[in-house]
Amino acid sequence: MIPSLSWKNIWRNKVRSLIVMGAMAFGIFGGLFSTAIYTGMSDRRMKEALTKESSHIQIHDRHFMENPEVGLTLADPQGLVAFAESLPGVKAAASRLKIVTMINSPAASTGVTVSGIDPEREKRVSELYTAVYDSITLAKRLKLTDSGVIGTYLRDSTGRWFGSVQRNPIVIGEKLARKLKVKVNSRVVLTFQAADGNLTGGSFRVCGIYRMDNKAFEEMNVFVQQADLAPLAALPAEVAHEVAVFMEIPDLTGKVITTIAERYPDLEVTGWKELLPDLAMLNDQIVLLSMIMIIIIMAALGFGIVNTMLMVVLERVKEFGMLIAVGMSRKRVFYMIILESVLLCLTGASAGMAVGALFIGIFSRKGIDLSAYAQQGLEAMGFSAVMYPSLSWDFYLMVGASVIITGLLASVYPAWKALKLNPADALRTE
Amino acid sequence: MNIIEINDLVKIYDDRKSVPVTAINGITLNFREGEFTTIVGPSGSGKTTLLNILGGLDEPTSGSIIIDGVDLNKLKPREVIDFRMRNIGFVFQAYNLIPVLTALENVEFIMHLQGRPKAERLERAKDLLDQVGLGDRLNTRPGKLSGGQQQRVAVARALASKPKFILADEPTANLDSKSAETLLDIMEKLNHDEKITFIFSTHDARVVAKAHRVITVEDGYVKSDVDFPEH
Repeated sequence: MIPSLSWKNIWRNKVRSLIVMGAMAFGIFGGLFSTAIYTGMSDRRMKEALTKESSHIQIHDRHFMENPEVGLTLADPQGLVAFAESLPGVKAAASRLKIVTMINSPAASTGVTVSGIDPEREKRVSELYTAVYDSITLAKRLKLTDSGVIGTYLRDSTGRWFGSVQRNPIVIGEKLARKLKVKVNSRVVLTFQAADGNLTGGSFRVCGIYRMDNKAFEEMNVFVQQADLAPLAALPAEVAHEVAVFMEIPDLTGKVITTIAERYPDLEVTGWKELLPDLAMLNDQIVLLSMIMIIIIMAALGFGIVNTMLMVVLERVKEFGMLIAVGMSRKRVFYMIILESVLLCLTGASAGMAVGALFIGIFSRKGIDLSAYAQQGLEAMGFSAVMYPSLSWDFYLMVGASVIITGLLASVYPAWKALKLNPADALRTE
Repeated sequence: MNIIEINDLVKIYDDRKSVPVTAINGITLNFREGEFTTIVGPSGSGKTTLLNILGGLDEPTSGSIIIDGVDLNKLKPREVIDFRMRNIGFVFQAYNLIPVLTALENVEFIMHLQGRPKAERLERAKDLLDQVGLGDRLNTRPGKLSGGQQQRVAVARALASKPKFILADEPTANLDSKSAETLLDIMEKLNHDEKITFIFSTHDARVVAKAHRVITVEDGYVKSDVDFPEH
């Protein structure tokens, strides 16, 4: 009966309660939506980084990461791949050659990292193949009517993830294509130092151009077939510089790293948090910043609730006096006031969460296009200019819990004032 | 049989900022079961203070109040609240109903505090509201009832806890004469038929006229204490 009484008491002064609930709803909505934007950005960046750039684990020669020399190869990459794939939680593994080269076109030249891959096996550890578009598909996907916007050098191209060019195919990023002024079927030349110390080079034909949010990756990474690259680098066909492991169950990454490191103590086994330290930090910071923001919002709303609940208590002194007089224990009066405050907060917060979930749901599909304001800056940092807000249910639960705590804390002082009432004095008030 | 025994009761208000005021100055009184008593006296005579102390709402400076064998002074504050809930019914001048609850819920509420089962609460609340003539207004909120009707709900509420006696502080002060008459008739009937003890504080001559015993208080003393057994 007391919960129902508390609920009815909230609606005594509808306007006041609705204003408080509105403030709570608006604050919660703001907190949720902005957190969802940050989380969505971070999640998308993280997903792209893991699925198209680094995978969850990379294995190299112990010195390769600090000094990527062509000669620092893994002796038995196939054995390593097989071992990694036998571990629980691993989806697939693939070996790669990785060489720092100069790439030249008639128009320009620049330094890039070339990955020598087995295109079919690579599909199992990287989704980069899904990012290769021909201009028509790209235009359709980007909802562009003028293909010129995509870039002159992509016009009429029909890019593919290998296969379309018979000899020495190469897949490059869109940003690099613009820089080198090349398109599908253009020729580029890779120049690098081979394992035997000689300067070597090879001519490759662009078979596909990929497009990602991370423009820096697009500019710095090109992909060729392992079988084409190994002879040029004076390396045996079976060696590799890197084995990438993609996890089916990402939570088991730590365990898999430990198992591989124990089996291959001479190799360097690196997890994604070390491979992408900025992203790992960003991920942690977003959670922390979101929590700080919610605490600030709650603190601001809390003062409003204290004020409202104080008014409630002052207006109802006589009634509290009567309740204590007829035998309602002070503990129950205290509980009733606390419950009123918590219900007031929760009702407002539920509305805020419902609207927040609705907007987050809508924009997680439609996206929020910021390309007119901040495209270059965002893309340079690896983020998409179109944001897709997303928020896990944990966060809603955390916000719900913080609302209850706010309601509780904000009502303690007003409820304590009611607790101290002398019923005889309270009954005399007008 | 005495239901309340007051011995040498003194109440001095002393907030240490102004001159101490002696509201009750050594009152000794007994109340028997089934009384229909009014305490009268001019404003400031000490009758409301006496009623508050009788109801355990205020503490005496000295003296004792023994209700049904229990010395109120010896109870802890929490026990006093519980004692009030189980033994004393209150009717206030300003009705003091809970505005967001219906007449039925207002009467039921005190039984809820006592922890009685829902079915019993509902049956008794309906029965009591019937007795005060509001059987057809069970689901009406106080705001939609007249002053007289609200006070009748308050009487039903006071009876709900099956108290040993009912304290009514100027219950007719806010009522027109017809409503006051109806209310007094109901209380008199309850007293006569069910032997419920009523103690009023009042200025109202209509209440005094119905009383079986009239205690006049002045300057904190009992000036007179007269029985009217012919009622």
